Amino acid sequence: MVGLEEIGCFSLFPASGLGSYFCHLMIPWWGCPVTSSWSILQMSKQLDMFKTNLEEFASKHKQEIRKNPEFRVQFQDMCATIGVDPLASGKGFWSEMLGVGDFYYELGVQIIEVCLALKHRNGGLITLEELHQQVLKGRGKFAQDVSQDDLIRAIKKLKALGTGFGIIPVGGTYLIQSVPAELNMDHTVVLQLAEKNGYVTVSDIKASLKWETERARQVLEHLLKEGLAWLDLQAPGEAHYWLPALFTDLYSQEITAEEAREALP
Amino acid sequence: MDRFVWTSGLLEINETLVIQQRGVRIYDGEEKIKFDAGTLLLSTHRLIWRDQKNHECCMAILLSQIVFIEEQAAGIGKSAKIVVHLHPPPSNKEPGPFQSSKNSYIKLSFKEHGQIEFYRRLSEEMTQRRWENMPVSQSMQTNRGPQPGRIRAVGIVGIERKLEEKRKETDKNISEAFEDLSKLMVKAKEMVELSKSIANKIKDKQGDITEDETIRFKSYLLSMGIANPVTRETYGSGTQYHMQLAKQLAGILQGPLEERGGIMSLTEVYCLVNRARGMELLSPEDLVNACKMLEALKLPLRLRVFDSGVMVIELQSHKEEEMVASALETVSEKGSLTSEEFAKLVGMSVLLAKERLLLAEKMGHLCRDDSVEGLRFYPNLFMTQS
Repeated sequence: MVGLEEIGCFSLFPASGLGSYFCHLMIPWWGCPVTSSWSILQMSKQLDMFKTNLEEFASKHKQEIRKNPEFRVQFQDMCATIGVDPLASGKGFWSEMLGVGDFYYELGVQIIEVCLALKHRNGGLITLEELHQQVLKGRGKFAQDVSQDDLIRAIKKLKALGTGFGIIPVGGTYLIQSVPAELNMDHTVVLQLAEKNGYVTVSDIKASLKWETERARQVLEHLLKEGLAWLDLQAPGEAHYWLPALFTDLYSQEITAEEAREALP
Repeated sequence: MDRFVWTSGLLEINETLVIQQRGVRIYDGEEKIKFDAGTLLLSTHRLIWRDQKNHECCMAILLSQIVFIEEQAAGIGKSAKIVVHLHPPPSNKEPGPFQSSKNSYIKLSFKEHGQIEFYRRLSEEMTQRRWENMPVSQSMQTNRGPQPGRIRAVGIVGIERKLEEKRKETDKNISEAFEDLSKLMVKAKEMVELSKSIANKIKDKQGDITEDETIRFKSYLLSMGIANPVTRETYGSGTQYHMQLAKQLAGILQGPLEERGGIMSLTEVYCLVNRARGMELLSPEDLVNACKMLEALKLPLRLRVFDSGVMVIELQSHKEEEMVASALETVSEKGSLTSEEFAKLVGMSVLLAKERLLLAEKMGHLCRDDSVEGLRFYPNLFMTQS
């Protein structure tokens, strides 16, 4: 559709004052290009066309997006490249026609619930792996499988709710933070160091990061205060600071309260 | 199934755990066998399966014994599976659950999901073949597959051919989908460019634009998922949709808020509202944008952001500052309280309990004792007993 600006419609009416007022009123007859109003009309038409294209795409490939997590990743990446957020609103075309919205927003709810349930144990810090396992358990047999990439995208959206959801890279994976604890670069680096063994000591920090004792101690104290680390004074050598978020099934076992009572001397 | 060997399940030195998944059942070829519920572990060297009910029952297969793997999608009443095609067992194989089997493949059924990630990681390990570079003990001598000159089992060749065809078919489908996606994105990009030029015109105030047109423009942006470049409004990206949503929320949340003492965190609201809806869920941004309009629309709720960044919804009638007075009473009665203790006493979430105590501290009513044992609040005697 050729923009009527090119036809020189402006020469008939001046672009400001009374002229543009008339132009604005007379759009249906004259097609006069009062700039932003005309563009909005154009956008409305293009939007309708786009909606049709998207519907066609959805009818052919909606299942593919639902079933194929790699395709989901490609889809998300392409949207990001052109400056579109398909998950911004449940009312968006992408969400309505491709069904991606409900998938991620529901996942968000499940992530929040898992983090809340485990917070008393790990202080609000959990590995992406454990979160993934727990979410799958909660979703049940008949729900659709989700990948770790799906979880990360859902969590990124949850940040908008303002309650301290964070994603911290450690080792080859991520720690997910679900409480508004202040974690700066120093804390993050120590968490990364602890990832190997599930715990860290002041000596470990001094050897690997070349910090002074005081700096190491401050970071560890902060993690203790926030409930993210547990202090083990009975460990051989010096005190061990354990990160319950990093415990895996290999190190720990779920035991009941009675079993715990019996185990104590 | 005769390729498995019994194992303790402990990893060797140089052997690292890659991923594990509960709820996995093993099939010998197409047949169900008694190993129906176990934890499957993938290491750099092996695939290990441990029975969930009897941890002593633990067996493994070397990754080097795997010819290739394929995915089998879930169906109605059927879990997703990974099919693992195997080389014939070596003559010096250690004892395992089955002495012989007519099948050269097994299936792993993921009854509690996790198949996507597991398949991805297993494929990676099969490509990287890290076991070749990280030697482990004698008992895990890697089997480098059929020796040169040995005849390959006929069955495998046929399967490989079928797999190749299936791969080509899948690739074709995927590339068609990808092509269609690329074309769609080109059109979407045009929409983005158009909206940018409109936003610029609005900013430069070229020509008249009515209130109505601004509203329409914003709803177009919402439909496309394009961020609103025009920041004239002081309240969110307020479209008609968000205004309606705000009114709906006021209706839905009145009851729950009253039950919870007049205040709820935004995460609680997000879960509550979406669980109730079931479908056509709200995005986190939808919720925030709607809540930003509550006050302007004179609805009986409002959005409040604490210093910590925590966002809550309060009833208009709720005065957090007044709640602080009763919080002070509670703390005084007990001498001192942590957020957890206070939360339990009053019946609030720990998150909101902490905010209330912090507010009380800000107003000068409470003092903090910050130690490794936690954050504890005391009545501020400096104020009251000077």
